[in-house]
Amino acid sequence: MSLLFEPTKGMTDKSMHYCPGCTHGIIHRLVGEVLVELGVLGKSIGVAPVGCAVLAYDYFNCDMHEAAHGRAPAVATGIKRILPDNVVFTYQGDGDLASIGAAEIVHAAHRGENFTTIFVNNAIYGMTGGQMAPTTLIGQKATTSPYGRDKATTGMPLKISEMLATIDGAVFVERVTVHNVAGIRKTKKAIKKAFQVQLDGKGFGIVEILSTCPTGWGQTPVESLSWLENNMIPYYPLGNFRAPEEAK
Amino acid sequence: MAKILMKGNEAIAEAAIRAGCDCFFGYPITPQNEVPEYMAKHMPKTGGVFVQAESEVAAINMVYGAAGAGFRVMTSTSSPGMALKQEGISYLVGAELPSVIVNISRGGPGLGSIQPSQSDYFQVTRGGGNGDYRIVVFAPSSIQEAVDLTIKSFDIADYYRNPVILLGDGMIGQMMEPVEFNLSGKTNLPKKDWATTGTNGERKPNIINSLALASEDLERHNYKLQKKYDEMEEKEVMHETYKMDDAEIVLVAYGTTSRITKNAIDSLRENGIKAGLIRPITLWPFPNKAFEEIPKTAKSILVVEMSMGQMIDDVKIANEGRLPIHFYGRAGGMIPSPEEIANKAKEIVGGAK
Repeated sequence: MSLLFEPTKGMTDKSMHYCPGCTHGIIHRLVGEVLVELGVLGKSIGVAPVGCAVLAYDYFNCDMHEAAHGRAPAVATGIKRILPDNVVFTYQGDGDLASIGAAEIVHAAHRGENFTTIFVNNAIYGMTGGQMAPTTLIGQKATTSPYGRDKATTGMPLKISEMLATIDGAVFVERVTVHNVAGIRKTKKAIKKAFQVQLDGKGFGIVEILSTCPTGWGQTPVESLSWLENNMIPYYPLGNFRAPEEAK
Repeated sequence: MAKILMKGNEAIAEAAIRAGCDCFFGYPITPQNEVPEYMAKHMPKTGGVFVQAESEVAAINMVYGAAGAGFRVMTSTSSPGMALKQEGISYLVGAELPSVIVNISRGGPGLGSIQPSQSDYFQVTRGGGNGDYRIVVFAPSSIQEAVDLTIKSFDIADYYRNPVILLGDGMIGQMMEPVEFNLSGKTNLPKKDWATTGTNGERKPNIINSLALASEDLERHNYKLQKKYDEMEEKEVMHETYKMDDAEIVLVAYGTTSRITKNAIDSLRENGIKAGLIRPITLWPFPNKAFEEIPKTAKSILVVEMSMGQMIDDVKIANEGRLPIHFYGRAGGMIPSPEEIANKAKEIVGGAK
């Protein structure tokens, strides 16, 4: 019998804790597959965030750190500077990266740290129960924006990719989505490019991945996929914002 | 080896390099700036890593990363910066990562001043970080001692897999004294087989982590950590006594203040008052035993600090109600003179003789 499919060696066999319909699982798998395909799993060191992906250290089949909330880019800096030949990545959500860890991600990019950030943007704090994030859309209801996010008091949703693309040291910045198969394929390509940029020693790379949170959004998994497409993509346009010539 | 005249901050930095410090992560703050400046200049020469972080928060988390990768790491700061590091310190303890944290302290609260102060005693011995944790805290009173304790700090950190704090006030950081560098030569330190260096496909992943969601797991971890703290209390206590044999008044002081207090003791003895000194060198674990050994001649204790009174709490615990305890402190960057301390002691023993 020929083998048609097997799970990636980039991930452990541990059952994931993610809610039904959450797209974190897909993104984990893409990262795991890329690490294996690039042949770098054995020299990879990942940094997990605080948030829904806090237990990512149990899922990736490589050495891992669990960082304090938002501090993953600083932790990754410490690792990569002393182990420049290893492959280092952070896996962070939007509460972690765009709110409490905004300084750390900006300055890691600013210094051109040679690691890769996988940034999962689902426009909400999932783990703590659906609070408003800097990325929550205007009018979107969250437990701390019960009447819908109001621009007057909470500002406009933060566009991380556009912001980081203004920083010279951020050499690879791309926004992708995993709400459909075509998007998932493009996401994997972007992740692979971002890691290749690191392997080439070019500097900091980030892939922002639009992701669903059915539980936090109060939707079914299917509803959440169309909500992402109809609401998030218009505000968070997909595409590459920065790339070295060969990664374009 | 010939002694070299060095500024405290630079001597601490040089001691760290000689002790095999691989990485330094810091952020500018007075009065410790000579530490990162020295590191920026000298770390690249030995292949070491120097990064000026965007904040003390980032610096301590860079420490977490490099320490987790199994390397010898140091950061330095001063009081308000130390406050910012508390989160990271708690994580370092939780994840059992060896590291050396230098606090060249200044006056507070808030932005305070840039003058020497000892008002970070609570911060370093009690910790501002969350959770049950303990850290060995060294408080040198000379530049030579700062050098020796810096070198020792790296070994202690590696042995226990726990951060170590070196607390110097601004005076220790800024003054110059002749020093020599003597390495410990300690070789029986445990192998860092827990470090994240990449599995190379040859072992299970190593995970650096302080999260244990199951209560029974975290309690087990808390007991494991406590066992280390118990061992530290048993083995790592350091103190010095000065003219204690026949002391009728026992002065207690650490760091810079202890040197001034020694002068006060000499002048008191010239005036016929038998004064002695207990100088804690480790602020935690605190030298409780030294207080059990106070001679019968002693009638009272005088705690001297450059603060409004913080170490006095530990003296009260160590004293167990045996002797009356008095306090003399200057704050805000004011440094007590030997005369002020001697006058306070005279007042306690019954007026000027």
